[in-house]
Amino acid sequence: MKTILKFLVASAIAAAALPAAAALNVFACEPEWGALAQELGGDKVSVFNATTSLQDPHRIEARPSLIARIRSADLVICSGSELEIGWLPLLLTQSGNPKIQPGEIGNLEASQFVVRLEIPKVIDRALGDIHPSGNPHIHLDPRNIAKVGEVVSERLARLDPANAGVYQARATSFQQRWQAAMQRWEQEASRLKGMPIVVYHKDMSYFINWAAMREAGSLEPKPGLQPTPVHLAELVEHMKRDPAKAVVYSSYNSPGAAEFLSQRANIPAVQLPFTVGGTDKAKDLFGLFDDTIARLLTVAK
Amino acid sequence: MVSVNVTALAVAAALGIPQAAHAATEDDLKELREQVRQLKEVYEQRIGSLEKRLQQTEQSAGKAEAAASKAETTANQAAVQASSRPTSESAFNPGVSVIMNGIYANLSQDPAKFRINGFVPTLDEVAPPVRGLSLGESELALASNIDHNFRGTLIASISPDNSSIDIEEGYIQTLSLPSGFTIKAGRFFSGIGYLNQVHAHAWDFADAPLANKVFLGNQLNEDGVQFKWVAPTQLYFDLGLEAGRGRKFPGGPDGGRNKNGFGSGNLFAHLGGDLGASIAWQTGLSYLSTSPQDRTFADLDSTGTSVTNSITGKSRLWALDGVLKWAPNQNSTYTNFKLQGEYFRRREDGVLTYDTMAQSFGTQVGGYASAQSGWYLQGVYQFAPTWRVGLRYDRLNSGTTSNALVNSGALTAADFPILAGYDPHRSTAMIDWSASEFSRLRLQFARDYSQPGATDNQIFLQYIMSLGAHGAHKF
Repeated sequence: MKTILKFLVASAIAAAALPAAAALNVFACEPEWGALAQELGGDKVSVFNATTSLQDPHRIEARPSLIARIRSADLVICSGSELEIGWLPLLLTQSGNPKIQPGEIGNLEASQFVVRLEIPKVIDRALGDIHPSGNPHIHLDPRNIAKVGEVVSERLARLDPANAGVYQARATSFQQRWQAAMQRWEQEASRLKGMPIVVYHKDMSYFINWAAMREAGSLEPKPGLQPTPVHLAELVEHMKRDPAKAVVYSSYNSPGAAEFLSQRANIPAVQLPFTVGGTDKAKDLFGLFDDTIARLLTVAK
Repeated sequence: MVSVNVTALAVAAALGIPQAAHAATEDDLKELREQVRQLKEVYEQRIGSLEKRLQQTEQSAGKAEAAASKAETTANQAAVQASSRPTSESAFNPGVSVIMNGIYANLSQDPAKFRINGFVPTLDEVAPPVRGLSLGESELALASNIDHNFRGTLIASISPDNSSIDIEEGYIQTLSLPSGFTIKAGRFFSGIGYLNQVHAHAWDFADAPLANKVFLGNQLNEDGVQFKWVAPTQLYFDLGLEAGRGRKFPGGPDGGRNKNGFGSGNLFAHLGGDLGASIAWQTGLSYLSTSPQDRTFADLDSTGTSVTNSITGKSRLWALDGVLKWAPNQNSTYTNFKLQGEYFRRREDGVLTYDTMAQSFGTQVGGYASAQSGWYLQGVYQFAPTWRVGLRYDRLNSGTTSNALVNSGALTAADFPILAGYDPHRSTAMIDWSASEFSRLRLQFARDYSQPGATDNQIFLQYIMSLGAHGAHKF
């Protein structure tokens, strides 16, 4: 027993004595926030993305590798609004890291800083996997990226005051480039106005709202439930009365259901990047919006 | 415009006509006409400007309306967001969830006579559920951050038949210790092995592996303190130390000894990480040391009398566990596979007291030692989004047991039939369906060779449902 205690203490001292890392460790729950932190922190941050574009952020296992990473994080950036409820709370309680607990500067819930859509009036599990705080997939409205970017810049500066000037300069540069890009996107997306699309999951709502498009249905019968044959048949019928221009899906969705609807309703199925890394062109946040708009424009008539 | 002019004329006429009645001369008349004309002009001008202002007002009103409706939308959104944040005291209510489960059991052997031969049993706690339909234990869980330093979790299990409420887990844990340290205090599932820390409703089979039954009495929850440290490395590594009361098997007596200090100690370490993009793994080694005192068990001696025996001494249990989870690109939505296994090895030594109640040959005491082991291996495959199938194989090795009362000839092996050497084993298959994360229906078949010559064919049909707060499950 004594030797074990000695070992524990010795390990703790060894851990504390490790040289302080040069960069701030940022743990991003989703790749879009990782990309944003990278834009705003540059070489002053070391970013770890907990998930990839091939994973459904609702369904992640609290894997040992994630606990190991969040253990040393200085800043955790997540969408929030219960998106990560199945795994993030466990990572936080298992981390032994006081800096990133809820309420600390090191814990940033992006959706708290934007106007959320689809806040349910009725909260009942019979309605599927709904989020009481509203739709958590806030990142596909470019205005939200700008807003969350401001908060990230501010947090970086507070966590690493020595480099506050660098974060300030990067923030100014990013926001300028982002505003310019937004003007371009608004112009391009004007051709998408009113265009009806069928979504897979309700993860496109913020984009649809920004581009003033229209959601004509979703492949999931209820949020979070996999498409069923009965629901798809209903959707095919619905398309006869209210035809959509396209059915869209993300890289983490199986394309099967989208292709089924595409064939039966004779509308194109379009894979969208959904997040950074979702397609080859969506290499960063700019590419994410460029490619999303470009792919939708190919089916807009 | 036309109607306005007509109105203007009418007004002018109304004003002019009474005066015209008094007019006598042509001059007067002319003057009057001139006055009327002027009046008409003035009124037309005034009315024109009024009209212009009206139009302007109308336009700005339209604008205001648009602005108002915009403001209303924003206000609505703000209001909805505000309303989504409860403002009363209940806003701080902890997350509450309830697990409900029920089971239909079809057993070829009487569960009341269930024994795992070769092992000091813990009897009814490890037996299969009663035959036919029965309600399983309901679980009520409350969890919340207490303040910035502590988090509290209380999980009570309500058993349906004797209406007792047990605290399955009730612990506080620290949130603000630096450098990867966490301290837990209260009652919690001991960090021995892998499955022991997982709540029964999250198990992949309806019952515990035989090894967990004989070495941990199904599941060991200890009253104590746990210190855990997570290393600052990219490869996951943790070390833990638990000191407890020893309130349950393999400690004992039930409720723990009447003494100061600790009745049990547990050390554990885990290593874990990812292998490529699709595999995650974790392995653990743990060592549980307890000092059972008068830990009783029932047996039928050679006269066929049911006697109570007890063991006092030391019990040391090693557990080696491993879990490997595969999901294409870690996207477990469609297909995934989980391989899990544990190996236990236990050494016990001390004294065995035969017939503590002096119901048969009278109370006798002799030395006792045993070295026993057991393991299980299971695989669960999700082949479609809501469907999983699983296979499990259990095996125990009763190893060597030295009983001084038998060796000295004071009693015979027939007086301790439950301690007779035997290697119990069991094969299990299951299929389950989960329409959502909150519901699960399971069908399970098992062939259980826990007792020689009494193969138990078991069929379980089970539901496990959770309502309330969204639980998060450990890896």
